[in-house]
Amino acid sequence: MTVVLGRTRGERGDSVEITVTVNGSTYTRDVEPRRLLVHFIREDLGLTGTNIGCDTSSCGACTVLMNGESVKSCTMLAVQADGEELTTIEGLAPGPDELHPMQQAFQEQHGLQCGYCTPGMVMASVSLLAENPEPTEAEVREGLEGNLCRCTGYHNIVKSVLAASGQNVES
Amino acid sequence: MTDTETFHGIVGQRRLRKEDPALLTGEARFVDDLDVPGALWMTAIRSPHARARIVSIDTSEALAHPGVSAVHTGDDLADMWAAPMPLAWPVTEDMVAPEHFPVARGQANYVGDIVALVVAGSRYAAVDAAEKVVVEYEPLEAVVDVEDAITDRVVIHEALGTNKSYTWPLVPDPDAVDSAFASAAHTVSERYVQQRLIPSPMEPRGVVAVPSPHSGEITLYSSTQIPHILKVMIGITLGIPEHKIRIIAPSVGGGFGAKLNVYAEELICTALARHTGTAVRWTENRSEGAVSTIHGRGQVQHIELAADENGRLLAVRVDILADMGGYHQLLTPGVPLLGGFLYHGVYDVGAYAFTCTGVFTNKPPTDAYRGAGRPEATYAIERAMDALAAEVGVSPVEIRRRNYIKAEQFPYESPAGLVFDSGNYEPSLDAALELIGYDDLRAEQQRRRDEGATRQLGIGISTYVEMCGLAPSRVLASLNYSAGGWESATVRILPTCRVEVITGTTPHGQGHETSWSMIVADKLGIDPDDVEVLHSDTAISPLGLDTYGSRSLAVGGTAVWYATEKVIAKARTIAAHQLEAAEEDLEFSEGVFRVRGTPSKEMPLAGVAFEAFTAHNLPDGLEPNLEAQVTWDPPNFTFPFGTHVAVVEVDTETGEVTLVDYAAVDDCGNQINPLIVEGQVHGGILQGVAQALWEEAAYDADGQPRNVSLGDYLVPSPTEAPSFKLGSTVTPSPTNPMGVKGVGEAGTIGSAPAAINAVVDALSPYGITDVEMPASPQRVWSLIEAARAGG
Repeated sequence: MTVVLGRTRGERGDSVEITVTVNGSTYTRDVEPRRLLVHFIREDLGLTGTNIGCDTSSCGACTVLMNGESVKSCTMLAVQADGEELTTIEGLAPGPDELHPMQQAFQEQHGLQCGYCTPGMVMASVSLLAENPEPTEAEVREGLEGNLCRCTGYHNIVKSVLAASGQNVES
Repeated sequence: MTDTETFHGIVGQRRLRKEDPALLTGEARFVDDLDVPGALWMTAIRSPHARARIVSIDTSEALAHPGVSAVHTGDDLADMWAAPMPLAWPVTEDMVAPEHFPVARGQANYVGDIVALVVAGSRYAAVDAAEKVVVEYEPLEAVVDVEDAITDRVVIHEALGTNKSYTWPLVPDPDAVDSAFASAAHTVSERYVQQRLIPSPMEPRGVVAVPSPHSGEITLYSSTQIPHILKVMIGITLGIPEHKIRIIAPSVGGGFGAKLNVYAEELICTALARHTGTAVRWTENRSEGAVSTIHGRGQVQHIELAADENGRLLAVRVDILADMGGYHQLLTPGVPLLGGFLYHGVYDVGAYAFTCTGVFTNKPPTDAYRGAGRPEATYAIERAMDALAAEVGVSPVEIRRRNYIKAEQFPYESPAGLVFDSGNYEPSLDAALELIGYDDLRAEQQRRRDEGATRQLGIGISTYVEMCGLAPSRVLASLNYSAGGWESATVRILPTCRVEVITGTTPHGQGHETSWSMIVADKLGIDPDDVEVLHSDTAISPLGLDTYGSRSLAVGGTAVWYATEKVIAKARTIAAHQLEAAEEDLEFSEGVFRVRGTPSKEMPLAGVAFEAFTAHNLPDGLEPNLEAQVTWDPPNFTFPFGTHVAVVEVDTETGEVTLVDYAAVDDCGNQINPLIVEGQVHGGILQGVAQALWEEAAYDADGQPRNVSLGDYLVPSPTEAPSFKLGSTVTPSPTNPMGVKGVGEAGTIGSAPAAINAVVDALSPYGITDVEMPASPQRVWSLIEAARAGG
């Protein structure tokens, strides 16, 4: 589905109550039926780590986990997440001074530069390893095809995911 | 890899970036992340026509929309502007430029030109109301193609009477060029097209203008590479006293030149915020960004080479048409000229002629995009050298070896009037060929040709040189550029011997916080984690000229280096006083001052820092505290270089080109942090290959953009690229004390010609000698089919 901001149509003014669990906390909010999930996450819940990089579901900057699987939150309506469990980038690290192994691998392999695609890229990578714990380089590239990065040429992103899977990568 | 006289163990390390934890956890704040209570949202209504007269604008229905506070047109905002949109580079005295204000009046000149805007209480309300603004247009004939535009068949801006903005010649000795061509044994004459590109940093642009109506101050948060330049320009354009303006670039998600500008939305939000006393914000949609943000490249290039019987170059003559778009933005006319000095590339040439003509078309303005003029120049000479190799009957490797400027010729006075600071080109070629396994590839290529394999192999080489470290201010003056090229740094040693560095550079992915802290820590003998680098806020870092043109390390990093030296000099004075020794008898290493010959007499930097703070016992007349500021103006550009080799497979049945291997050997002088250097090269390579193979801002004959979304505009995904093989050589620059050159644009500059040379190499058995960028399957397939039909 393609959603172009400004072209979406919904029953304006008719709010719908939804309950969503995000990073372990449960939120109940009234939302317009047309409200994009990514706007709900960023603006209603204030979790701005999930970024918006496009309007055609192409770039993956908005990737979050829904019930453990990666979804593009710009391509869903908030109402579609009613009753579901989401994890955003803010919910990934186990503690304030600790990074998730995928985040750590991205830092160690210099898998990010400007950092804008990074939250989505990390979430997609977590989901990728959950499905395929020891992917080949080609499988990593295939698995991240829906996530765009303009800075790294993907070289170090691929290394990050391979390293996070416990495989040796050349320095 | 690094010089042990200059550095002390920290510089040269592959240190992990201190920027990363915030970016990896969602803690970093980009402009659209900022929560500004009460802010109004601006949405722009943009022309759907490439050229049209604005007959009328009916705002009544939009004004009545719930939540809307204002709807504005170009006419009713006319009094807001103290000056037109800024142009910082009027390249010639007789250059012409159309009137350009943030909101068009009378006539729109490209699809995307702002004609009206809505301000509302929410993002959704503003977008809803924008659909209710009724604009009546009278469509006019548009001029899309630059070669059509220069004929003035249709004049876009009638008041100018022409589509030609300027002609800029760099022809030091026309007779030498003519006689070289007259006597040449071999000549080639090539025409190349630099298609328009959409820079596409992953973070769209965004703006939040926050006024303080009673104090008259205004704070503008912008996703910009240039907060310092923006501050000056906002002051001039909106008539706001400069000292009342504060610009903050929070985390910025990439720029690549697209955020090196002063944009209509920045001016509109700032003006409306001041006018209403309420914060006003705007964030670009990606598809909007394809027409609201500058494009890169956009040139038609004619390049001619003259060579003797051995293929030794005698002269290079270049004539280009540069597509300005509908108006000039900040640097539009000057961008092609940054390449104008480099069309002879890495080759020793006696005679040189370059002429650029800037032409208006009905498309968004072009401006700086990663490499800015230099990728275009490198593409032309590196493609033409392959053509010359074919003409002379030698290999692409051999033609380059015969013509490189030799190591012993540096510093090299170029025929275009530059002095190349240092270089040693042939080792980068040797290393790149070795890395890629060149001889084996040629054997494999021959095998496939003999077999008539469907997937043919192509190998392409390019050796590039770029001019970085922008720029010596006096040189900029000679180019009619309106600002300088210096950079500022402050190093402040705090009472507890932690250090704050304030830089005028504006990182947006380059890792300056990490690299600058390594430079300072290396000199002071402290831990880089004890150094904080502050930047991108004009209230914290008031002096700077920001980040572009691979300038940050070579100019800004050098300022940091000198500021550290200056603060050490002051610390030395204090230490000498405390130790009752002469300053010249003190040596400073690993963070401790010691009296030569009396090792027991020593004082650590931490002790000096605290003495400087308490000021209880300082030499007479010495100011307390340890802080030094330096503004450094470079004496020359720096000239990084390298050799790239691309390997492609071309499917001769479908025309599909696949990049299968890539080697790059870059020389950026001494490397502060090789991890960051490699990352810059990786990203640059794919961005340049993307121009060669996939990306093009395509327009139809009426000036309608055909691929504004990331679904249609082919920014490469992870499956499009292989991993890259990198090497480096180190030829320090004599231009600055660290011997650094800059690396931000290198990958992009070397890669597009390498990739197209590889495609043409694969197709050469068909007699194909050129493939226009991007080498799309359709384009390649059509060339093969035509060759087959003709053969």
